[in-house]
Amino acid sequence: MSSAALYRLKLDIEDFLYREAEFLDERRFTEWLDLLAEDLVYFMPIRRNVKFGQHDERENTRQGEGISWFDEDKWTLAKRVEQILTGVHFAEEPLSRTCHMVSNVRLVGVRPSPETAREVTVSSRFLVWQNRVEYESYTFVGRRKDVLRRAGSGWQIARREIILDQNVLLAKNLSTFF
Amino acid sequence: MITSETINRFVDADRGIISRQIFVDRGIYLQELERLFTRAWLLVGHESLIPNGGDFFTSRMGEESVIVCRDRGDKIHVFLNSCRHRGMKVCRYEQGNTSLFTCPYHSWTYTLDGKLQGVPLYRQLYEGMDRSQWSLVPVAKLAIYKGTVWATWDKDAPEFLTYLGDAKEQFDLCLDHRDGREGGSECIGVHKWVFPANWKFAAENFLGDTYHNPSHRSVDMIGIGPSGRSGVKGRRDDEYAEAQHLWISFAGGHGVHSAIASSSNEFVDTYRDQPEIGAYFRHCFQERKRRLGDKARLIPFVGTIFPNSSFHGRQPRSVCVWHPHSPTETEGWRFFLVDRDAPAAVKDFLRRFYMRYSGPAGMTEQDDMENWLYATRASTGTIARRYPFNYQQSMNTGRLNDPVRGYVSTEITEHTTRGFYRRWADYIRGASWDDCLGRADPRFAAAKAAE
Repeated sequence: MSSAALYRLKLDIEDFLYREAEFLDERRFTEWLDLLAEDLVYFMPIRRNVKFGQHDERENTRQGEGISWFDEDKWTLAKRVEQILTGVHFAEEPLSRTCHMVSNVRLVGVRPSPETAREVTVSSRFLVWQNRVEYESYTFVGRRKDVLRRAGSGWQIARREIILDQNVLLAKNLSTFF
Repeated sequence: MITSETINRFVDADRGIISRQIFVDRGIYLQELERLFTRAWLLVGHESLIPNGGDFFTSRMGEESVIVCRDRGDKIHVFLNSCRHRGMKVCRYEQGNTSLFTCPYHSWTYTLDGKLQGVPLYRQLYEGMDRSQWSLVPVAKLAIYKGTVWATWDKDAPEFLTYLGDAKEQFDLCLDHRDGREGGSECIGVHKWVFPANWKFAAENFLGDTYHNPSHRSVDMIGIGPSGRSGVKGRRDDEYAEAQHLWISFAGGHGVHSAIASSSNEFVDTYRDQPEIGAYFRHCFQERKRRLGDKARLIPFVGTIFPNSSFHGRQPRSVCVWHPHSPTETEGWRFFLVDRDAPAAVKDFLRRFYMRYSGPAGMTEQDDMENWLYATRASTGTIARRYPFNYQQSMNTGRLNDPVRGYVSTEITEHTTRGFYRRWADYIRGASWDDCLGRADPRFAAAKAAE
């Protein structure tokens, strides 16, 4: 296995994630939707304060069960974009100013190989700054675990798990994308 | 202390004029903590969150942390989450199972019924102390009603069903099985989030503020309801198109928006996105009609159980509590409900609908929080506070016990909100329980005379 291929792949993946962040911060929501695979799973669990030894089992709510912050597919995300674009979604009208910062990008799994990668599991960290109207500011910090899938010469997000480092949500709304 | 005279100036339900001060003033807020949240029945949880002996769920009453737990004898307890020695929280987990609560500070331990059990070096250092006097502070009364768990600190509070009064018939529509059997709900998850608004804006929203519908225009335009993927617009399936709408105010301060379906009461094709889900709800509809007959025509929309518990009765389905943090900050807890014996596919369909509709990530509720925040913020201003809010919508609508029990309007109105503040003023004035139950409310006097 060539480490050069791995580095090229990592650069490619990082550039994809940064470009995704640009789309969101520039409010190019329709182009952002095109980065999502049709069978996307988009999941943000609720975090719970549990006893030592129980975190693996019980700290996070589970995808596909019960209530989380997001447990969505592409249709629902497309609806969220459609809602913003009506211009009368008052939670996002006037539009928020956001800054999506992505860091700590690591390729956790590459299938079948760096030279011929078709699917990549990527972990990263995010810091999303949201400012709206005059005095509202929110900071969202956490981790993401993505599965990216080859789409033409580029990539699409097939699965995104967003681990927000909060228990009780400290923002009034989750009206931005992560 | 805010005097009765001041309260009377701030709240004039007869003329529909209410001062902004009650939403932002710290003195009023402190009086709410002292006189309202210490007496009223407050929603603390759902039985399904503590199914087994030893299970606990930490909750809130007003600003304070409480533990809701089930002992090994299957009895439920609610007590203050604060050690009697030096106040440390004895439980800082969301939920779990335990046999003892151990304080991290000095290791005092409490059993599941809140009794003080272990005091290190007790014989040596605490000679003569009567441990039975130092239990975790229990609530005065608690009630389990169709799965929901309620508590009050006031030993003189009426029993919960008396407190609920005629609102029971409407609240049951949220808590009963979709097929008409009583009770049977299960909580499948809880949202907790903090938003910068006075808690009463949230309580008002669910009293039947139908007037704010246009605020949700964006979500209605795109269509996110249970038939949304089939192209149906709106945020829920419109089962109410042919119905007579009712806005009902109750003597105890509760208020709901419900509806009576037309006399033919035909099934409205809902949940169209998945045929098997639609078939399930059609079956439930028919069973409910068979069980309840004409009473099946009554369907819920929203409501608030005085003071700070609200519900969505049908689409979506949840009960929630608005916990005060300060005059301008509130923590919302929403308990999402399904029928416990519904098929897994139905529960999955519903939870996805709930998540996209409700709470901070919900496409509908997001616009509510926006409104409540800026309404609160604008009302803190010196000039703003001199100008009261207008509660004069539909001043003379309302008939007593017609066509259902309660003070009923068949047109859009703010009378449920006016009724809420009548009772709110009573509690803040420190009125008797008779007054706080609305027994002196002139709107209900005719019924009293008849009785």
